[in-house]
Formats: sequence, structure tokens, C-alpha cells
Amino acid sequence: MSVQTWTWILVGVTFTLYFGIAIWARAGSTKEFYIAGGGVSPLANGMATAADWMSAASFISMAGLISFMGYDGAVYLMGWTGGYVLLALLLAPYLRKFGKFTVPDFIGDRYYSNTARTVAVFCALIVSFTYVAGQMRGVGIVFSQFLQVQIHWGVIIGMCVVLFFAFLGGMKGITYTQVAQYCVLIFAFMVPAIFISFNMTGNPVPQLGMGGTLENGSYLLDTLDELHTKLGFSEYTSGSKSTWDVFAITCALMVGTAGLPHVIVRFFTVAKVRDARKSAGLALLFIAILYTTAPAIAVFARTNLIETVSEKQYSEIPEWFKNWENTGLIAWADKNNDGKIQYVAGNALDGKKPIFTNERGTHGQRKIENASMKTANELYVDRDIMVLANPEIANLPNWVIALVAAGGLAAALSTAAGLLLVISTSVSRDLIKMQLRPNISEKNELRVARASIVVAVVIAGIFGIYPPGFVAAVVALAFGLAAASFFPAIILGIFDKRMNREGAIAGMVVGITLMLFYMIRYKTGLIGVMDPRPSSEWWFGTSPEGFGTIAMLVNFVVSMVVSRLTPAPPQEVQEIVENIRIPSGAGAATH
Amino acid sequence: MADKKAKEYWSKNLRYLTILLSIWFLVSYVCGILLVDQLNNIRLGGFKLGFWFAQQGSIYVFVVLIFVYVNWMNKLDKEYGYDEE
Repeated sequence: MSVQTWTWILVGVTFTLYFGIAIWARAGSTKEFYIAGGGVSPLANGMATAADWMSAASFISMAGLISFMGYDGAVYLMGWTGGYVLLALLLAPYLRKFGKFTVPDFIGDRYYSNTARTVAVFCALIVSFTYVAGQMRGVGIVFSQFLQVQIHWGVIIGMCVVLFFAFLGGMKGITYTQVAQYCVLIFAFMVPAIFISFNMTGNPVPQLGMGGTLENGSYLLDTLDELHTKLGFSEYTSGSKSTWDVFAITCALMVGTAGLPHVIVRFFTVAKVRDARKSAGLALLFIAILYTTAPAIAVFARTNLIETVSEKQYSEIPEWFKNWENTGLIAWADKNNDGKIQYVAGNALDGKKPIFTNERGTHGQRKIENASMKTANELYVDRDIMVLANPEIANLPNWVIALVAAGGLAAALSTAAGLLLVISTSVSRDLIKMQLRPNISEKNELRVARASIVVAVVIAGIFGIYPPGFVAAVVALAFGLAAASFFPAIILGIFDKRMNREGAIAGMVVGITLMLFYMIRYKTGLIGVMDPRPSSEWWFGTSPEGFGTIAMLVNFVVSMVVSRLTPAPPQEVQEIVENIRIPSGAGAATH
Repeated sequence: MADKKAKEYWSKNLRYLTILLSIWFLVSYVCGILLVDQLNNIRLGGFKLGFWFAQQGSIYVFVVLIFVYVNWMNKLDKEYGYDEE
């Protein structure tokens, strides 16, 4: 059977499963809608959290990014898993005991201030929106690939599907659907990895195969290092970023992940503090399966890619190469007219994406306008395709290729659904119910929640269809924003009884302003007014991605200083803090 | 009385956190980033050790850390009567 048929079958089967679950677990009350009624088992919650956490970025893009970054890719691996440790040890048990639905809820109550609540809602919305736009793009890429449609149709189909799930189920439906999606996505990620690992190194465990030997007896990583050196890339296992920058980016990602609102809200869905701790452990275990396999896939894919294309005749190149060329995610310009693909260090293009003309070159390749004559590199490969193309590059059976498409969809849909729920909760609860209309009925609140999901999906979809360079840059910085704003306020709210309203607000405002300023100055520029300043002017050599670390430290310092100069928080707030430090008597999360 | 108990429980909790987060810092920031070049001179089969810590080892340790924490805290809860059945 063809890849196409297999994809239809597998996507059809998995989607029927998700729909079935969503209908079975329909939400009736606001409580079921927001936090699944608080009665989810730790195992199910662990899987759902893992699916929520592992986005299209983890499934589709991460291994590809690592395969182009080598050692430097460790910032994502350590950043996203290490942040989880912070979340499990420093946040989850206490926030569960506190027993409110959302992070702005916690901040508003702990700092006895609607200003603090509003600042937190604002931060939560920025972080969630930038994140969800990336997910819609991921859904679009997968749908467009397997339905053979334009990418904007892919995004629109994805919007409808996400909307259906989020609308119908609320948190309860989403939780159980995510359990199924976890199973699908991890199976889809592992099967090709095991196949490829066994083919290349004779070891079926990818984590071990990565350090294994090839048929000729030399170590895989050594071979890859040699290939890299020969083609002028920096050594795969060494990387090219400075030690400080790797340190700063890892830290910003760790702290930022710990502050992601859609993951924190997950811990409100279990019954007890004890369960919150346990499900955090299980979730990281489920996440680690994918996160330790991804660097192995990166190594396999990188080696395979170089060996398949380097110095090969274009006319003899395998089918997958031309398929991806047709979707515009691979481009080749025959700069020296020898009909062979030269893949060496340096940017093949002027600008980031290839601009295709409608003509075909002498070898049948799609011609591009913006080939750079400054480098000898002739090949452009989009990083996002490495995981999707990997099974094809390695010649795996058609059903495995189709499986990866189903897995990619599971990953993107589960995260998008979780994020949309956070957005709608922020609007319907934290803004409308807590501030504008305190006596809104439960039924109307649910209505507002659903309406805000629709609005959120449409906005996210528009960003997915027209991804301005601006959004792409902001997605990478969503973590920095979360690190610079939420993290210190939550940590100090639990661990520093003396922390007060004035300190927390000053810290959040200074932190997020500083981060936004640095982003605009050195990453995005002020659209139409100012271009980003060059990297030679970075403060202490810190990239904008790593700057969240510095902004977070500033936030901590400002909070501490301001809180000590202003009055202590009221007695009842200090009692709340004492109370959340003790695990018993958590009860269900309440309004 | 209850107050003293809660204080003691909290300070033990903080001690556990300090131990676990020190290990967390050691495997990721120290072994995976700061000392990566030195550790890369040591080999672990086909891996350079520093590279292995950065892309594999630290993640395994993270998982173990959380389960150790869960275990310790459950015991502590029981000792202080804060556990719920």
C-alpha cells in the first residue's frame, strides 16, 4: 500500500479514537470544563501532562534542530526537562494545595491585588498565544504534507479539529484525549527510531545505538564528527555557542518551562498533593522517553542526510528529496554546474527561505532566485522536516512513514488544545468572573469560555497561515518572557512569607519590560522603525534567547528590595503561605 | 505545638530540596556545560562523557531526582501525620 493510503488509515483510526473519547468525556460543569472535576488518576494525568508538554515543536522540530546544532542542541534537551524538575519540586505540590484553577488566580490571591492578577493574565496570554501560533503552524505542515494541500488549508483543517475538541470536552475531554494522544505520539516517535538504530548500528535501543558502532567498526559519533570536519561544519559533539550563552539559554528555558501556565494547570486535576507529586514524576518519565531518543534521531538523521546527498548526482537522488523540494522545504541551486549536490558549511541562500521561480533547471530541479554566491553550499534543508523525512531517508516501510504523520498531529493537537483552554480560562475566569462581572452565572461563564476559545483559535490560525518573522522570533522568546515574569513571583510567593504585593508587581513589571526591551533591541527590531542591533552589542555576550535568565535575576532582586521597603503582607495572607506548605487537607480545587 | 511541627516539617523539606537541586545543578550546568570540554576527554563507549551528560545523562538523573523526592516526601508526610489515605 502507498504512504498516502496508510496515512489516511492511521490518521482516520486515531482521530476516530480521539472523537470517541471527547464525546464520552463531555464536560457538564465549569469545574469539569476547567480542571476535569479534580478526579484524574496520577497515571492518566502523567500521560496527559506529557502530551500537553510535548508540542509539535518537540515532536516535529526538536530532533531536526539538534541535528543542525550538534552539542548546542543540549540547551533544549536539558532546558525543557530540567525545568520540569523545578516545576515538580518547587511549584506543583504547593500550587495544588493552594487549590485554585490558574496561575493568575494564585498571584491575585497571594498578592491580594487585582493589579497583580491583571499583570499575570497579561503575561499568561502573551506566553500562550505565541506558543499556540507555533502549534497551528505545525498542524498545518503535517496536514499539508499528507493531504497534499497548500499549507494554509492545512492550518484551516487543523483549526476546525482543535476547535471541535476544545469546545466539546473542556479539560475532562482534553485530559483523556491527551492520554490517547500520548500513546500514539510516543509509539510513532519510537518505531522509526528503533528501526533506524537497528539498521545503522545493530542496536535496537536508540539511546545506546547513538553511542554504538557502524558496520565498519568505527563509532557513529566519531564518523559524524569526521564528516562534519571534512565539509567545513564545526564538530558535531562540540558546538559553536559560547559556554556562557549555552548556560544562559539553558537556564532561561528551564525557568521558563516551569512557568508555562498550560502545564502548571495540569496539577490541579489530581485529587491530592501526594498525587500531584507522583504525576509530576510519571510525566517526566514519559517525557524523557522522547527527549532521550530525540538526540539519537538527530545523529542518525544527520549522518544519513550527509551520506545520501553529499556529492551525489541530482538525477539519481531518491524520491523523498524531490517530494520535499515540491513542498518548498528543500531547495538546491547548482552553483558550479556539475549536476552534483555540494553540501558544505555556509548559508546556501540570501535570506532565510528559498524563493522559487516557476521554472525548472537543466536537471529538473526547481529554480530559486536567491541562491547566495558567497558560499559554495548548494543545499537548503528546512529544519522542521528532519523527523518527518527521517523514515523516508532511511528507506523504512510505508506504514512507518504514515505513523509519523499521525504522531505529529497527535503532538500538535494535544498541546494546542491545552493552550487554548488556558487562554479561555484566563479570559472567562481571571478577567470576566474575577474582575468585570463577579456574579456571572455558571452557564454564562461556560459560554464565555467557549466563545473565547473560538476567538483564540481564529487568531492562532491567522498567525499559523501568515507567520510573520516577528511571531517566529517571539515563539522562541515565550520562555524568556515566562521566566522574566511569572517564575520569581510564584517562587517567592511560596518560599518567602515576607514577599508582598508591591514587591511582586514591581518585579513582574520590571522583569517583563526588560525582557521585551532586549527582545526588541536585539532580536525583532521595532517593525518599520528600527532594525535589531548586532550581536556584537549583546550585554555580557548574552543572546536574546538566554536573556530571560538575566531578566529573571533582576526580577528577583527588585522584588526582594521593594518588598523589604514596603509593609509586610496582611496576617491572613501569611497564613495562606503557611497553609500551602503543609500537604494535608488539599480538598478539591475551588472557585 | 502544631506550629512547631509545621516549622520542623518545612525545614526538612527545604533540606531535601537543597540536596536534590544541588545534584540537578551538578549534572546539567556543571557536567553538561561548564566542564564539558574537560569531561569530553573521557570516553563512555562511543560517547564523549561531557556530550553524553548534556544530551542523555542529565535527563536520566532528572527522572530519578523526582522519584526520590516523591519517595522522601511521602515518608516525611507519614512521619508528621500529614499523609492522607
